[in-house]
Amino acid sequence: MSNLEGYWKANTSLIRNLLIIWALVSYVFGILLVEPLNSIRLGGLPLGFWFAQQGSIYVFVVLIFYYAWKMDQLDRQYGVHE
Amino acid sequence: MSVEVWTYLLVGLTFALYIYIGYASRVRETAGFYVAGRGVPAIANGAATAADWMSAASFISMAGLISFMGYDGAVYLMGWTGGYVLLALLLAPYLRKYGKYTVPDFIGDRYYSHTARAVAAIATIFISLTYVAGQMRGVGIVFSRFLQVDIATGVIIGVAVVAFFAVLGGMKGITWTQVAQYTVLIIAYLIPAIAIANILTGNPVPQLAFTFSDLVARLNQIQVDLGFTEYTKPFQGKPMIDILAITLALMVGTAGLPHVIIRFYTVPDVRSARYSAGWALLFIALLYTTAPAVAAFARYNLISTLNGKSLEEVRQIDWVAKWEKTKLLAFVDKDGDGKVTVAPGRAFALKGGKPDFNTPDEKSKNEVHIDNDIIVLSTPEVAKLSPFVIALVAAGGLAAALSTAAGLLLAMSSAISHDIYYRIFRPTATEAQRLLAGRIVILLAVILAGYFGVNPPGFVAQVVAFAFGLAAASLFPAILLGIFDKRMNREGAIAGILVGLIFTATMIGMMRAPQIFGAPAPVIPNLWGISAEGIGVVGMILNFVVAYVVSRITPPPPEHIQHLVEDIRIPKGAGQAADH
Repeated sequence: MSNLEGYWKANTSLIRNLLIIWALVSYVFGILLVEPLNSIRLGGLPLGFWFAQQGSIYVFVVLIFYYAWKMDQLDRQYGVHE
Repeated sequence: MSVEVWTYLLVGLTFALYIYIGYASRVRETAGFYVAGRGVPAIANGAATAADWMSAASFISMAGLISFMGYDGAVYLMGWTGGYVLLALLLAPYLRKYGKYTVPDFIGDRYYSHTARAVAAIATIFISLTYVAGQMRGVGIVFSRFLQVDIATGVIIGVAVVAFFAVLGGMKGITWTQVAQYTVLIIAYLIPAIAIANILTGNPVPQLAFTFSDLVARLNQIQVDLGFTEYTKPFQGKPMIDILAITLALMVGTAGLPHVIIRFYTVPDVRSARYSAGWALLFIALLYTTAPAVAAFARYNLISTLNGKSLEEVRQIDWVAKWEKTKLLAFVDKDGDGKVTVAPGRAFALKGGKPDFNTPDEKSKNEVHIDNDIIVLSTPEVAKLSPFVIALVAAGGLAAALSTAAGLLLAMSSAISHDIYYRIFRPTATEAQRLLAGRIVILLAVILAGYFGVNPPGFVAQVVAFAFGLAAASLFPAILLGIFDKRMNREGAIAGILVGLIFTATMIGMMRAPQIFGAPAPVIPNLWGISAEGIGVVGMILNFVVAYVVSRITPPPPEHIQHLVEDIRIPKGAGQAADH
């Protein structure tokens, strides 16, 4: 049982870390800090605006694939894979 | 060949393809009908989910909406994509491990209660029904705009096609037609976007052209010159608190929408559920990162083509003449100088929520009415693409509407035929009876959706906020707590769902009283600055708090339920569970 508790703990802390990034790129960079970030430019776009309309979406995609890949490793490590 | 001939040809060909796929994947057992036999590969489920998710509104209206909202349009971009992160990390893998067929299945079993099952089933039906009526309307509108057939005929053709592959193939038929529909819709969306990016900036990749060219800077300058604020300036239409609330409500609502969740039951194992969420979002992101680029390009192009030119000159442009006929584009010469002026405010006064083309709005200098939908629909013509591409956009719009309608219809009919008929009233029904019930209910649902498409209730557009708000305030917390809080029990979950549902429905009813009940004014316009679109977040928080408190002062769930929770937390054994 402690084995499965370890698996669940590793899983939930991974989820927590990824959700922090999820909230950071969308709610913090894209909304709360959009005005100060807009004074910086990325190419032709203000940076805060870029996070809100482009960057956050790219990060979301990466987060999901990273989670799936990392969980493959955890599943094998704890022997709970299919 | 003319646009019309191409459109008939492409729409006919794609419909024939969908019907063929539906026939080829017809099913004989309930597992095939409800969850496609759990044999869908992760990447195919990703494409099907993307088509399921992207509706006529995403395809036709979203870029236009963003074009008019500027920065504030980000609520839709982040809100309708960020929910997939929640799905992939918090819900999909565990629901797949649990197996079974529907969302009410999980809620009813996890909370050992037919009350919880019935509440979840009713929420599923209500959410899907509000959503599907708009899709059938979308089918009718595409037909009427591109083929000049009337909306009712268009809806009937759409209903017939959906009925064929959904009744025959159930989830299996729907899945594989959605894969084909995704392919059609993304090609139809990207070709005009690439063309207009290339014409305006010389860079054919819309996302790169949007970010690295000076087009948005020029657009900002033009807007300021004409008296608007900069395109990229945040919080012009909505305060920051409302942007936060709407984005979160849309994300959580997305993760709680039954027709999206059930797609993750169709993959073979937990691992595929995780990856297919990634594929789904990648496929969705292709359109969702292109849309803001199209929005800015089209806005720049429209303003620079129309502003300051003489009316006569402007009307000689093909696409202007064409769209003026449909009233998606309309002009009024308020100052009598014979020239078009683009300015903030409305060209025409509103009557019943729609522009009244006989009454210019004298409060504003603006002389052009531009409907949101024109942004996507006119792009191929503006970019001078061949009639083939214009026809492809029509086929793409239809693919988007039909694929979403089919997914919603399956979610709705499985809640009725599986959860209510079989699980609650007739647990002794045989396999053949259950399959027949599934087919009859989906047929009735298609006809009902078609009826609403032809005779849309006036409030449809207003109640889409309901679908997301209710999903966020009811289903999402109940599923999440069912997985992550072992101590959550029947009493807590039901109390939470009811408080979330009643609070959210009441608030939206009060805020949208004029549109829903015909009241002269909203009872309250907003709550602490949060509008009807974002209020589901408050309902969700209430749900979590009430569920937690109630569950801690009532007895814990029975032992076998706690074992069930432990079991869904590990991926091993999902393949065997599929055989039950």
